[in-house]
Amino acid sequence: MLDVVIFSLFLSIFVGVSAGYLGSLMVLEKMALVGDALSHVALPGLAIGVAFKFNPFIGAFAFLFISAALIWHLQRVTKISFEALVGAMFTLALAIGIILFPNLDALEAALFGDISQVTMIDAIVASAVCVIAIFLTKVIYSKLVLAMISEDLAISKGINVARINLLYLFLVSIVVAIGIQIVGTLLVGFLVIVPAIAAKNLSSNIRRYSLLSAVFGVIAGFSGVLLWSFSSFPFPGPLVVFAGIIIFAVTVVVNWRMKLTV
Amino acid sequence: MAESNDYILKVSNLTVKLQNQVILDNISFNVKKGTTLAILGPNGAGKSVLFRTLLNLIPHTGTIEWTEKVKIGYVPQNVAISDVPMSVKEFLSMGDKVDFERALSMVRLNDKSVLNKRLGVLSGGQLRRILIAWALNDKPNVLLLDEPTTGVDMDSEEPIYLMLNDIKKTQKITTFLITHNIHLVQEYADNLLALNKCVTFYGRSEEIAKPSAQRIIYGEPVCVETLKGEA
Repeated sequence: MLDVVIFSLFLSIFVGVSAGYLGSLMVLEKMALVGDALSHVALPGLAIGVAFKFNPFIGAFAFLFISAALIWHLQRVTKISFEALVGAMFTLALAIGIILFPNLDALEAALFGDISQVTMIDAIVASAVCVIAIFLTKVIYSKLVLAMISEDLAISKGINVARINLLYLFLVSIVVAIGIQIVGTLLVGFLVIVPAIAAKNLSSNIRRYSLLSAVFGVIAGFSGVLLWSFSSFPFPGPLVVFAGIIIFAVTVVVNWRMKLTV
Repeated sequence: MAESNDYILKVSNLTVKLQNQVILDNISFNVKKGTTLAILGPNGAGKSVLFRTLLNLIPHTGTIEWTEKVKIGYVPQNVAISDVPMSVKEFLSMGDKVDFERALSMVRLNDKSVLNKRLGVLSGGQLRRILIAWALNDKPNVLLLDEPTTGVDMDSEEPIYLMLNDIKKTQKITTFLITHNIHLVQEYADNLLALNKCVTFYGRSEEIAKPSAQRIIYGEPVCVETLKGEA
């Protein structure tokens, strides 16, 4: 059991940093709800993994990325809003996922997270993937921000906006798939959104914003898993959410106090 | 008659269709190096589309011929900055290496404290100046300005045009300017292109008589043949 806790805490650090860091862009893109909804799309992938006895997180990632790429493509072709497409796809995926799950225990673990089976290899591989995702996101971060400010401006500077958006969706899919292991599909959206909006409360520049977002992601993830290890609660996900919400509440108060003193 | 190598841009028979609608219809005009061309027209006339086409962002027919070694700086009309926690310093740093002091002095922003401000809290005039400074950072020889006084109060408009005029002269930049202000156009632009899908006027800016200007630019479009008498 101690091993599981140590591996889970180790994993929560990397998941927290990467979800917080990548989430900071998701929130800026006004795609916070997209990030949340997207995570639910993983459910059928997890179900297929459980049913056919292969690593469910590979199934989750495959579903996430295929859905993200499909939404990305449909949105470019049809100009239907991102939110509408994700909304439709997410409910469909949730329905398929629930039907496909072989038993309720497995469904519960997929929805709320299950780290009781985390091995050292899992933790190391997942953490390494998170580090790569962070590094690649750092490379395209300012380009994505520029494209957000004005897509024309970015294209006129020779930035292939469609390509970096697709790469970003790919990286988000990876990080969300890994995050599901800790907090589950229903709650992983939280790790992408809340550290970023908390960071936004305290930031007047992008450097600080992205850094704080990553730091808050770690604090929420790590402290949630730590609390879980001392409790008899079956899932760490809800505790991660509580830890994150406390951080968010503190930033709201600090932001309010700063405005009062300015 | 100007030599052909005096021109930095030659556009001929440019037509743009978007979703089966003609947005620009058979546009032809030339622009000489170091001059300012103002582009006027009612909303939906295709002015911004013309800029985006010149930047090669939109598929088109006809030819757009820039001279060699053209480097374009672009200031779009709309930027989504209100919600981005980005400082002026960070914004100016996106792209090439930047000399902040030079960047600010070029656009007459003397207070360096603006560098640490968040983009979203800048006044309309400050934001436009920062966007222009960003566009100038790559040392362009062409500047495309899409309504450079958007969000700027009337009193602050002329100082921005004055500044642009100085930049044009000192940096030897050819300037393309989309605007609605006919008075300032006649003051600061060399040539004028009035668009309403097609060209409704093309010539020296002082040629457009003030009483008829409104009708030509904003009235029922009457397309004219261009490039007979070159501007």
